[in-house]
Amino acid sequence: MNEITITIDGKQVRTQEGEYILNAARANGIFIPAICYLTRCSPTLACRICLVEADGKQVYACNAKAKMGMDINTKTPVIEEEKRAIMEVYDVNHPLECGVCDQSGECELQNYTLEIGVDKQHYSIADTHKPAQDWGLIHYDPALCIMCERCITVCKDMIGDAALSTVARGSEPLDAAFKESMPKDAYAMWNKLNKSLIAPNAGDTLDCTNCGECTAVCPVGALVSSDYQYSSNAWEHQQIPATCAHCSAGCQISYDIKHTDIANPEAKIYRVKNEWNYVSLCGAGRYGYDFQNSNVTKNPVAFDAAIKAFKKADTIAFTSTITNEEAMILQRLKEKLGLKLINNEARVFKNFLDSYSAVSGQSLYSGNLKEVHESDFVVSIGTALKTDNPNARFAMNNALSMNKGAGLYFHPINDPVIEDMSKNLTQFNHAPMMEEAALYLMLDLFGDKTAMPSITVDYLKSFHSLKTVTVEESVDEKVTETVIKKVLNEETGVEEEVSEEVTKTVKKKVSKEIEVDENRLLDLLNAPTGFAETLTKYLAKKEKFSLMVGPDLYTHPNSANCARLVALIEKYTAFNVTMIPNLANTLGVALICDLDEKAGEYTIGYNTAGDFTLSALGNGDLDMPALNQQEGTLTSIDKRVNPTNVALPFGGYTLNDVASALGVSAALSVDYTVQLPVSAGFKAVEFDTLPNHYTNAGEEVRGYVLDTLKVFCGKDENVQAFDEKDAMTTSVVYLANPVLQFTPFTARAHQLNEEGGLYASSEFMSSNGLNLGDNVRVKTPKGEIVVSVINDSKINGDITYLPTFDSKINSQALFGDYRFSNVTIEKV
Amino acid sequence: MHSEPLNDRNVSEHSAYYYVDIEEYPTTGWDKFKQVVKRTFRGELFVGLWVVMREMIKFDIHTVKYPLEKLPIGPRYRAVHKLLRLWESGYERCIGCGLCEKICISDCIRMDTKIDENSRKEVTEYSINLGRCIFCGYCAEVCPELAIVHGQRYENGSEQRAHFVIKDDMLTPLDFLTSGQQAEYPGFGAITPNESVTKTPLAY
Ligand code: SF4
Ligand code: SF4
Ligand code: SF4
Ligand code: SF4
Ligand code: SF4
Ligand code: FES
Repeated sequence: MNEITITIDGKQVRTQEGEYILNAARANGIFIPAICYLTRCSPTLACRICLVEADGKQVYACNAKAKMGMDINTKTPVIEEEKRAIMEVYDVNHPLECGVCDQSGECELQNYTLEIGVDKQHYSIADTHKPAQDWGLIHYDPALCIMCERCITVCKDMIGDAALSTVARGSEPLDAAFKESMPKDAYAMWNKLNKSLIAPNAGDTLDCTNCGECTAVCPVGALVSSDYQYSSNAWEHQQIPATCAHCSAGCQISYDIKHTDIANPEAKIYRVKNEWNYVSLCGAGRYGYDFQNSNVTKNPVAFDAAIKAFKKADTIAFTSTITNEEAMILQRLKEKLGLKLINNEARVFKNFLDSYSAVSGQSLYSGNLKEVHESDFVVSIGTALKTDNPNARFAMNNALSMNKGAGLYFHPINDPVIEDMSKNLTQFNHAPMMEEAALYLMLDLFGDKTAMPSITVDYLKSFHSLKTVTVEESVDEKVTETVIKKVLNEETGVEEEVSEEVTKTVKKKVSKEIEVDENRLLDLLNAPTGFAETLTKYLAKKEKFSLMVGPDLYTHPNSANCARLVALIEKYTAFNVTMIPNLANTLGVALICDLDEKAGEYTIGYNTAGDFTLSALGNGDLDMPALNQQEGTLTSIDKRVNPTNVALPFGGYTLNDVASALGVSAALSVDYTVQLPVSAGFKAVEFDTLPNHYTNAGEEVRGYVLDTLKVFCGKDENVQAFDEKDAMTTSVVYLANPVLQFTPFTARAHQLNEEGGLYASSEFMSSNGLNLGDNVRVKTPKGEIVVSVINDSKINGDITYLPTFDSKINSQALFGDYRFSNVTIEKV
Repeated sequence: MHSEPLNDRNVSEHSAYYYVDIEEYPTTGWDKFKQVVKRTFRGELFVGLWVVMREMIKFDIHTVKYPLEKLPIGPRYRAVHKLLRLWESGYERCIGCGLCEKICISDCIRMDTKIDENSRKEVTEYSINLGRCIFCGYCAEVCPELAIVHGQRYENGSEQRAHFVIKDDMLTPLDFLTSGQQAEYPGFGAITPNESVTKTPLAY
């Protein structure tokens, strides 16, 4: 793309060739009204208010691309007239309920009505009765809807559920006289608006992954959070810039706080908001905000007990839902007191990274989610993408739908949501343990065989064989037939039969024997038939390739080999690689802490079980602040160190207080921000200088990006062969969380409060005669538990899964390191 | 979004306050007694007493015998607030729009709202801190429903500086309404007929 100069309202601005005029203007601080356009999604041309004049022609700024030297005028009399009429139309029959509407104060309809100065109404139509609808977490009031279709667009182009569409509004046609008297675009907009309303595809209720992004993008109060409804006015909130505490995507959010009520001045989080033009949240981030450890006071007895316990302990076990600073404190405690640090999930990730570095020569993977958004060919291996990192799923979907992309998804569990993202996506539901086959397939399909180590090339060759297959082909064949026609003899006037020769071409099926290349890897991965052709189709005109790999590989018994394969893929294919860390700060913990494998005798548990527990979940021996009560930094999948701030007060002791009493002292936890290890890629930056926002041009100005360091690596690029016999083909269970859940913290939030169980597809339930709520005994080689069955309508197939978010279910004890385990499930 | 306001970590509970120079309070009983005597028999007391005496002997009183008598108050007078009800239905007029809370120059209005069983916005609590209210009338002026208005009650003596009126104090009781005792408010913010307002066209 070339940089070009265009003129908007006499101002010279520089932009990229092919950028939409609207985005060019926004990036340069020029205001063009626009309602229906969403950055990162396709223009829908529903509102038409972004009209501008480009080189004398009227165009829509949101879908007209900038060309070199273009002269753009945003205010001509005709355009002003159109805009005015458009806003008048939006106000026709719009209920005058700003006084109670949740959007009031941040409503685009209010803003533009004022901006354009609508003080008189010239249009009218009979109103129709449109009752409000309750869709669970979301509330839809069609009377307020202005049919900008932003909800549909974001759900399709960004989220990937495509759960909403338009239905008939059932109103009368517009008065024909308006067609003559009204500005053209305003009439066209109205005509379209007057025909439709929004409805869930599933009928009366919404069946989707409940991200709530549609409510975030809705410019008016038509789509709102059911829980927030009428609980506060928008302008009363103080917005606390933060980073979501639930998964490694590290989305930028703001906690909207206000006093609890008249009698209680303590701050309460009312909702979470996001900069939806640049970051999309999942439902856990949006609805799982009140996981704080509240009503805690300083308890000196518990504190002393904690200090005693630390002196006695030889191990600290912890989870990755902590800040970098806390991880740093734990590491310092380890150094000072000689403790062991146990965090299995971060440890396997760290090992994976190390094995990867040994081949790739760099400390961190090369990709990030922004690059996935920009790709046109995306592959995901070893992760239940939808739930492991929802934003990675959004990125993949966005790439598929916006860049005419194609994708491959390798995972044992068939996911209908992933399936529906695009026609150009193939799912490989391979057997667990066959992840290496998928990685080899990547090398086989995309690797540069001339550069790759010859051992690997030979190994890949061993999967290929020539096979003679009989194919049916249709060929054109000429056939000559004799037909008998009746012809009228004109002389005699009698009909006579004449035979005549006719030649016709007919299609004929012939069987032919041909030799084809057969790839055993495809069989091992349960590839759909005809995949080779599909792939050729997918790869046409593709330029940017992204691979995402996930926790199934880190926990894999051959994870080191998987990591080396990933490094080879990065080296010898066009793919950039992004690794999905499991939890909010898995990457940070992996980089900061020296983690041990075996726990000692006496363990301090931090947010996890131990002989003495520090807990932000309110169930420990000493209360700790949750992540919405702390300031600090979190390291995201994008290798970014993002700051988060205190939204709610905490009255108790922090980890820093405990550490200070043990001789690792600092005034504030955030004093450690500047001390984060530079040797691991962190920067010596003070916490208070870390920014946390997006610019109008969409640039992410948040924290800083970790330095990727050069790591010594030998020439050793050897990778191990894998054993086909390892494939787990009997009944297996997976360790994963359902949509909206990540950890016990999400489950604490009042809107997401639920109990876990054994999640099974409808198919599995009916074939095993199970009903919702039945208790089953889940038995693996490691142990057994009895849980109830829960239906997950968003998976298919025979593999069930157990969650980690419900601390009452000790699911981890049933598994080894690997996320899959053989299982027997019986009804009790 | 920027986080500058969050960077002030001066967390001491009293940091926003400092002590003014006040004479030490007496601690012993004797010191206290001395202070009382000193204050009681100051010369100023007799100056005041003398004025009262002088006026009393004149027998020429012009003042209103408050609190037995009270002067009528003009409709635009802005005293302690009232929350009115709708004449026809008896519903509370306040819709919880929060404009009064927003506009209040002394930031002394607070309210709690929620969604009620009829899916309407319900104002569960409403309070004005009269210790801070400057009776400017902005709240009455901005109210789109003529719900919050200024009443005539100006006696706000209280033993506390923070003296609140809450919803129950201000809301017209239902029996008042039915017996026609809720007066429409002609003062600040009441509707004035205005030529510039025209009717919105409706198709039916
Ligand atoms: S959507 Fe906007 S204009 Fe409509 S009632 Fe709500 S705040 Fe008012
Ligand atoms: S909540 Fe999310 S997935 Fe559901 S309809 Fe809205 S945007 Fe789509
Ligand atoms: S519900 Fe909101 S986002 Fe969707 S079309 Fe209506 S106004 Fe637009
Ligand atoms: S009169 Fe003025 S200061 Fe008092 S509550 Fe109303 S707006 Fe606030
Ligand atoms: S301005 Fe009027 S209607 Fe709105 S909250 Fe205040 S009293 Fe209620
Ligand atoms: S923003 Fe361009 S048509 Fe709506």
